[in-house]
Amino acid sequence: MREVIIASTGLANIASVTAALRRLGAAPIVSTSPSAVRAADAVLLPGVGALGPAMRQLTAPDASGDTLAAALRERVDQGRRTLAICLGLQLLCRSSAEAPGVSALGCFAADVLRLDSAPSLPHFGWNAVAPAPDARRIPPGHAYFAHSYGLLSAPPDCEVAWTEHGARFVSAVRRGDVLACQFHPELSGAYGAALISDWLGAARVSVPC
Amino acid sequence: MLTLRVIPCLDVDSGRVVKGVRFQGLRDAGDPVELAARYERDGADELCLLDVSATHAGRGHGLATVAAVRRVLGIPLTVGGGVRSLDDARQLLLAGADKVAVNSAALARPELLTEIASELGAQCCVVAIDAARSSAVREPSGEAAFEVVTHGGRRRTGIPAASWAQRATERGAGEVLLTSFDRDGTGAGYDLPLLTQVRAATRAPVIASGGAGGRSRAAADALAAFRAGADAVLAASVFHSGELTPAALKAELARQGVPVRPMD
Repeated sequence: MREVIIASTGLANIASVTAALRRLGAAPIVSTSPSAVRAADAVLLPGVGALGPAMRQLTAPDASGDTLAAALRERVDQGRRTLAICLGLQLLCRSSAEAPGVSALGCFAADVLRLDSAPSLPHFGWNAVAPAPDARRIPPGHAYFAHSYGLLSAPPDCEVAWTEHGARFVSAVRRGDVLACQFHPELSGAYGAALISDWLGAARVSVPC
Repeated sequence: MLTLRVIPCLDVDSGRVVKGVRFQGLRDAGDPVELAARYERDGADELCLLDVSATHAGRGHGLATVAAVRRVLGIPLTVGGGVRSLDDARQLLLAGADKVAVNSAALARPELLTEIASELGAQCCVVAIDAARSSAVREPSGEAAFEVVTHGGRRRTGIPAASWAQRATERGAGEVLLTSFDRDGTGAGYDLPLLTQVRAATRAPVIASGGAGGRSRAAADALAAFRAGADAVLAASVFHSGELTPAALKAELARQGVPVRPMD
């Protein structure tokens, strides 16, 4: 059974995420340990809540002076198996209009803005995910969203998918074995389950022949 | 483009579904876990679970039921019924709810919505409003209004529904679950004037509830609610009876030009 470390920011509601992982045969373990996040084969960064408080949690040093922020940045920059959800995607960017002046993890060279041209906010419900023509590892489908901020331009050197709500925003980012979703794959029915399953598959340790 | 959500509702008492369930092969009262899994397979976009337990002992089943449903359910789950405090909301989220619907406790103390929204996020804070046509109240505009009712309609509050929806969303509620007391269980269609008034009062998503018709008119009712500004339609009996699946309802709506989530 595949272990997945859920990096806890202490804010996110993780029952739906753990249930989704268990249905797919994985074993979720919630952890606040930077060394567990560095060592893990697969890490999930959930995200419900606000960016400012979440960054404060991620940058709080443990007894050895290490932080979840440093551990996450390292593995995402190396393209290791990491799944970031909703606020998790925004945390991987440089900054967010939700928390002016706060530096986020900066793995994606892009900044998060409020979806000001949206006909309704929060953007709440099921919407279409349309991969860019060159994005081969993000399938099209419908996914469940609940957010007010988003990424309006694609970070460089990433495969992305787009979604429309007033204006288009980036609904998924893929780089190496990193998958970041603005939507909630754990609540997106069969489409979300297939996406997580594919990501878990990518997390399989290769067996030497 | 956002799609119109179709939400089956399970009324649960002491861990069992209590509203007219007649699926073949299922026990009379209906097992919420079996129904939840079935509705997801049948195209539901979200599930609503209302704990209507009449007794304190019955309520004790609530968290266990939520946890059991969560294990099988891969779509959003809204849970309501007897939510009185921030701690109640937190417990339900820990058990596996994605959103918590607050009804009379928010009327008694609107700050509860602010507490839930700031602690747990506006995306999980739903205000449930039961409203009845009333000559006792008027909206500030002078329009004839709908009055918020509680305790299964036995208590009238004197509060106009649209004004309350506006205040509740300003307080932090991220969504409005709007039930017409007059239409609930009648199958006579959603209360469109009520929906129109509440729609105009808030930018938050509004779920139309109460009055969904049977197979022959469910799609027409949902279409009318969509045109009146509903973001989602909720129904119970028409799905429990097996007359119609969420997927069949959505297929009909798609033919009428309503954006819906296609089946995977």
